[in-house]
Amino acid sequence: MVKKLNKVDVVVVGTGWAGGIIAAELSKAGYQVVALERGEEKSTKDYIGVKDELRFTNRFEMMQDLSHETITSRNTLEETALPVRTKHEIGVGTDLGGGSVHWAGATYRFIPYDFEIYTQTVERYGKEKIPEGMMLQDWGITYDEMEKYYDRFEKTAGISGEQDPNPDAPKHSSDYPNPPTKETPNIKLFKEAAKSLGYHPYQVPSANITQHYENPDGETINQCVYCAFCTQYGCDFGAKGDPIVTVIPTAQKTGNFELRTESYARRVLHNGTKATGVLYVDMVTGQEYEQPADVVVLAAFTFTNNRLLMLSKIGEPYDPKTRKGVIGRNYNGQFGITFLGARGFFNNKKFNLYMGAGALGANFTDLTGDNFDHTDLDFIHGGGVEHRQYGDGAIASNKVPKGTSRWGSEFKKNAIYYANRNLLVWYTPAVMSWWHNYTDLDPTYTDIFNDPLLRVTFKYTDQDRNIAKFGVEKCREVVEAMGADIVDEDEVPEEFDHIYQGGHYAGGVIMGADKNTSAVNTYLQMWDVENLFVVGASAFPHFSNHHPTATVGALAYRAAEGIEKYLKNGGGSLV
Amino acid sequence: MSDNDSKNKEQYDPSRRKFIKNTGILAGGVVGGSVIGSFLTNQFQTRTNTPVQDLDTATLQEARMFFDRKEDFTILSAATERLFPKDDSGPGAIELAVPYFIDKQLNSSWGTNAKVYMKGPFLQTSFVRDYEKKDRDQSEQGPNTDVLPDVPTPRYQTRLNRGEIFLLGIRTIDQVSQEKYGTSFDQLEGEQQDEILTAFENGEIAMPGIDSRTFFNLLLQLTIEGAYADPVYGGNKNMLGWKMKEYPGPRAAYINDIESEEFIEMEQKSLRDYQS
Repeated sequence: MVKKLNKVDVVVVGTGWAGGIIAAELSKAGYQVVALERGEEKSTKDYIGVKDELRFTNRFEMMQDLSHETITSRNTLEETALPVRTKHEIGVGTDLGGGSVHWAGATYRFIPYDFEIYTQTVERYGKEKIPEGMMLQDWGITYDEMEKYYDRFEKTAGISGEQDPNPDAPKHSSDYPNPPTKETPNIKLFKEAAKSLGYHPYQVPSANITQHYENPDGETINQCVYCAFCTQYGCDFGAKGDPIVTVIPTAQKTGNFELRTESYARRVLHNGTKATGVLYVDMVTGQEYEQPADVVVLAAFTFTNNRLLMLSKIGEPYDPKTRKGVIGRNYNGQFGITFLGARGFFNNKKFNLYMGAGALGANFTDLTGDNFDHTDLDFIHGGGVEHRQYGDGAIASNKVPKGTSRWGSEFKKNAIYYANRNLLVWYTPAVMSWWHNYTDLDPTYTDIFNDPLLRVTFKYTDQDRNIAKFGVEKCREVVEAMGADIVDEDEVPEEFDHIYQGGHYAGGVIMGADKNTSAVNTYLQMWDVENLFVVGASAFPHFSNHHPTATVGALAYRAAEGIEKYLKNGGGSLV
Repeated sequence: MSDNDSKNKEQYDPSRRKFIKNTGILAGGVVGGSVIGSFLTNQFQTRTNTPVQDLDTATLQEARMFFDRKEDFTILSAATERLFPKDDSGPGAIELAVPYFIDKQLNSSWGTNAKVYMKGPFLQTSFVRDYEKKDRDQSEQGPNTDVLPDVPTPRYQTRLNRGEIFLLGIRTIDQVSQEKYGTSFDQLEGEQQDEILTAFENGEIAMPGIDSRTFFNLLLQLTIEGAYADPVYGGNKNMLGWKMKEYPGPRAAYINDIESEEFIEMEQKSLRDYQS
């Protein structure tokens, strides 16, 4: 029997940056908010003293339990999708704070070109520049309108950085709240090489905070000490801008917020025109609950946002054959092909690569967006050129020059010799959406409750391969200028290999100005169901050439503003 | 050396006595033989150059808890030593206790696939076999993957759990050896062993329910992990894996060192040191 609970103002599914920001803003505004988190309750205490590479990096401690649920994956419409079974193949964050706790902390804004990509591409190159089947569309909002939300997110998370020296870089209304991270010898080397080639390198804007900081909500973030256990880990020192040291405690302090962990959302309940609440299972007792609310917010990972709408039969599912329908449309993200580059091996230089932080590094944006002429290029958009110093673990640092045997004495010796003598520079190209890349429900495979899994259909296109080849070549030039003795280029793969290890998957519930080609408006309010908001990277119509988190955070602030307006006005469309 | 012997020895070794006193752990009364053992190991490791073979304490963890048959474990050990051999760069898999690391991993929740999606159907079509082979070195591509070991990502489409894959795989290795050379795998010359392992790596060996390449990739992944994971997991014995590549182990902070132009070589510290 489902137990029906008392109605609240807002119920939020998910507690990462998206859900955490919504919860903080609305509980601060005086609304009763309940958040449902499928994973466990965690705090900074859980991450003190557990610097264990095997457990976190290789056994994926902070990723979702796939025995409950995973996705299935295929390349084309004709294929049978197979379940992605192990955490080695798919890593999606779980527990309080979600993927926003184990994140590295690179906090780039998307660029003006992204938000008006269709209009600007057509203006500059004509309609024929856009290949048949590329679902290129404007986001329904401009960078200038997004700017204040980016600024707010950067202050909440305490981002440490410097202004991008590239003259084409988008303007910021204020400086980052904290100074940039440290310049290590290898970062200096990257910057000097980039400058010698005419580029404008600068430190990666980082959520590894460079000084003791109090954010606008009064939450404290500590100073990062570059301990190297960062990406894939919770912070040992409370020095990473993440939801468990910022927005979650902010919500908790209001007295208007109730957190329910190990609460697994199964359906958005609705009456055809409005959402009435969320059906979820208490994973400790197995009891099913109905949580009624005036506003329902889906702020889970892209896969969950997509799947919950499909399972709840909300919105018109996308049909690739007719290219009609919106739920599951424009699936995108960052894939194996998105992070290719060149690795340099240095025979006479050693770097302290075992030291580092998730977002420690440098980047240049001269080859991003439409900052360079694409008239004679066989792709649109661009990519950042980036060098990072994560802090290599001993298992991770087994990089060897190409041609080295995969095992045996030669492999072992080279891996040991080059452990502190190799530097990677990669290109982070944008990923466009295509008619044939989408999500729907799998016809065969099911979760622990026997509900269908989400099925992802995704393949690479010439756009992906061409932009990757361009990027690899540019990275090679940089690594050569860095003076590497051996420069190995990454191979550009022909096809997507069903590895979902990057954590950056997007689309399927995209935002826009037209309800025929988008599921939500620019407040992330569903066109069809006005009291249902779907927040997160699921709203991206395409993936820009940088990491997603700042845009997820900024959109969450905008959605929170919209929800508050909606509750005050007593309903109605926000646009 | 038995547990008793090592305890007796401890009592007569003044330097060890001093260390035990200093830890303060005995006072709490929660000490077991193996705990003392690991303390002593670290003590030796960091303060003297006592050769590994003279250390008797970390070995208390070296007993099989997954592989019932000694023969299976012997073949596993021989295979890991070919993948990660002892040579002039330092100790190999056996000396680093990699086989015991693997044995422990296979007996863990990871070995029994506790968090793996294990619902069927497990298709056994040529399409799936192709899928299992789609493991080119893209495993090191993509955000976050730069921190993973450079072995191809196993493409998991089998109903067997990891422990079962290993039992099947190890016995298949030996079966191939018996068929081809008439003797068990561990008795072969190095080149012969490599030839068999390469056949597994290339997916040329028929195994029921799984591609031999998937098994090989798991074996290679576990071998590298066993050489370099924290000693708490039973491999990387005495942190000698870390020592080889000048990896210091977990430390609190590098904020004062990270801008150094010189490479800084630090003494190895384990998770046990970090937590204490």
